[in-house]
Formats: sequence, structure tokens, C-alpha cells
Amino acid sequence: MTHNELPLFYVFHVYFFGLVAMISAVCFVTRRSPVAAALWLVNTMFCLAALYVLLDAQFIGVMQVLVYAGAIMVVFLFVIMLLNLGHPSELDDARGIWWKLAAGGIGLAMLSQVLVLTKARLPESLVLPEGAIAEQIAKSGAIAPLAGPLFRDYLLAFEVTSVLLLAAIVGAVVLGKRKERGHAA
Amino acid sequence: MLPEALFFSAVLFVIGVVGVLTRRNAIIVFMCVELMLNAVNLTFVAFAQVYGVAGQIFVFFVMTVAAAEAAVGLAIIIALYRHRQTVNLSNINLLKG
Repeated sequence: MTHNELPLFYVFHVYFFGLVAMISAVCFVTRRSPVAAALWLVNTMFCLAALYVLLDAQFIGVMQVLVYAGAIMVVFLFVIMLLNLGHPSELDDARGIWWKLAAGGIGLAMLSQVLVLTKARLPESLVLPEGAIAEQIAKSGAIAPLAGPLFRDYLLAFEVTSVLLLAAIVGAVVLGKRKERGHAA
Repeated sequence: MLPEALFFSAVLFVIGVVGVLTRRNAIIVFMCVELMLNAVNLTFVAFAQVYGVAGQIFVFFVMTVAAAEAAVGLAIIIALYRHRQTVNLSNINLLKG
């Protein structure tokens, strides 16, 4: 898809939300206070939701806001406030210089990998005609093109997911339960 | 917009990796993992636009796993805090020998 065919409005917003997402992510890893970090991460997730909508994945965008920015981050904030870790300035948080150098090295290695991968090309026979997904969405709505394959081709994975969630709920309850000490000790 | 989306996704993933390696607060490390999962989701959605809708369905499963992981992981962090009164990863060294 070349940029000439896309409206400027669209291209501007993709770059805008991408840049805001990256800036908020940098703010997120550099904040000392866990609450501030969590709020920057919420901002990143909202920008990603906007990017999903721009990339013809409207329903995924909605799920991103509801599940990630809504449910998961609320659980994080809840736990941060529950633990009452003390003032951020007392948290000895950042690791030493060697860890930072290692992190920088790994980051550079991964980014250079991306530069190499941009030269790779996937087989053309797999590529859909341009704007095929957008056309499908215009014809049958944003959810139907997803629901069909989800409940036909990926039905088994979908059902297994429910078992995974059940296991996670049971695990969280067992881990979170306070042990009764009175009689044994 | 595929190259741009892949670029954003790669940068977000690297920021997540840097966060995991440079922070000691278990909760922040955990949030960095969530950021990495989000970056991968962006890749899936970007490829779904070109190679078909299966990528978006994968994003569903990644989100489910992320939700399950958040529930269990935060329960572990709470249990750990109850035990050691800290979430600083350098104080949690039971397996270090």
C-alpha cells in the first residue's frame, strides 16, 4: 500500500498515534512511581487501540480499550495501591550500569534485526487484494468477518481458552488466599 | 501502512525489553511484559490487514492469555509481598543459592 493512495488525514493519524504510543512507552519505563508508570501505559494502550482502528481492526480496538486499558490496567493499579509500597523516592528501583548497557545492547540488536527484516518479502500468493478487509467490513460489519473463522476454524482453541481462564481464576484465588495460622502454629 | 506499524511495534517491544532488564520493581517489570504483548498484537493486526483476518483472531487469544497472566502474576506478587514485605526483585533471591 503506497502512501500516495491514502488520504493525508489517515497517514497523519497513524504517525500521530504511533509517536504518542512510543513517547508514552518511554515515559512509562522511566517513571519511578508505579502509579505514574501504569497511567502512561494506559495512554500507550489507548494509542494502540486507535492504531488498531486505523488498521481495519475496529473490534480489536474496542477489545483493547475494554480488556487492556480497562480491566487489566485497573487490576494493576488496584494491586499497586493495595501493596502500599511507600514513596517512590524510597524505592531503590533502577538496576546498575551493566544491566543498562546489556539492555541497550539487546535493544540495538533487536532494532537492527527489524531493519534487516524490512527487506524480507513474504510470498505474493498469500497477499490479499488491497483493501480486502475494509471491503469485507463495509459489507458485513466489523464483527462478522471475525466471528466466522473464530467459531469455525478456531473453535477448539476458543474452547480451550475457557479452560485456561478457569485455571487462571482458580490459581489466583488459591494464591491470594490468606493462610489460616492460628491452630497449626 | 504495514512498514510503519511494524516499526512502531518493534520500538514498543524493545522499550518493553529494556524495561524488564533495567527495573527492579516486580510490578513494573510485569507491566513491561504487558507492553511487549501489546507490541506483538500490533504486529498481528498490521499483518492481518495484508494476509487475512486470522491475525486478528490471534490477537484475541493473546489478550486472553494476557488477562490470565495478569490475574495469576499479580496474585503471585501479592503472595510474595505478604511473605517478604517487598516487591524489589533483588531482595527476592530464594533460588539464587
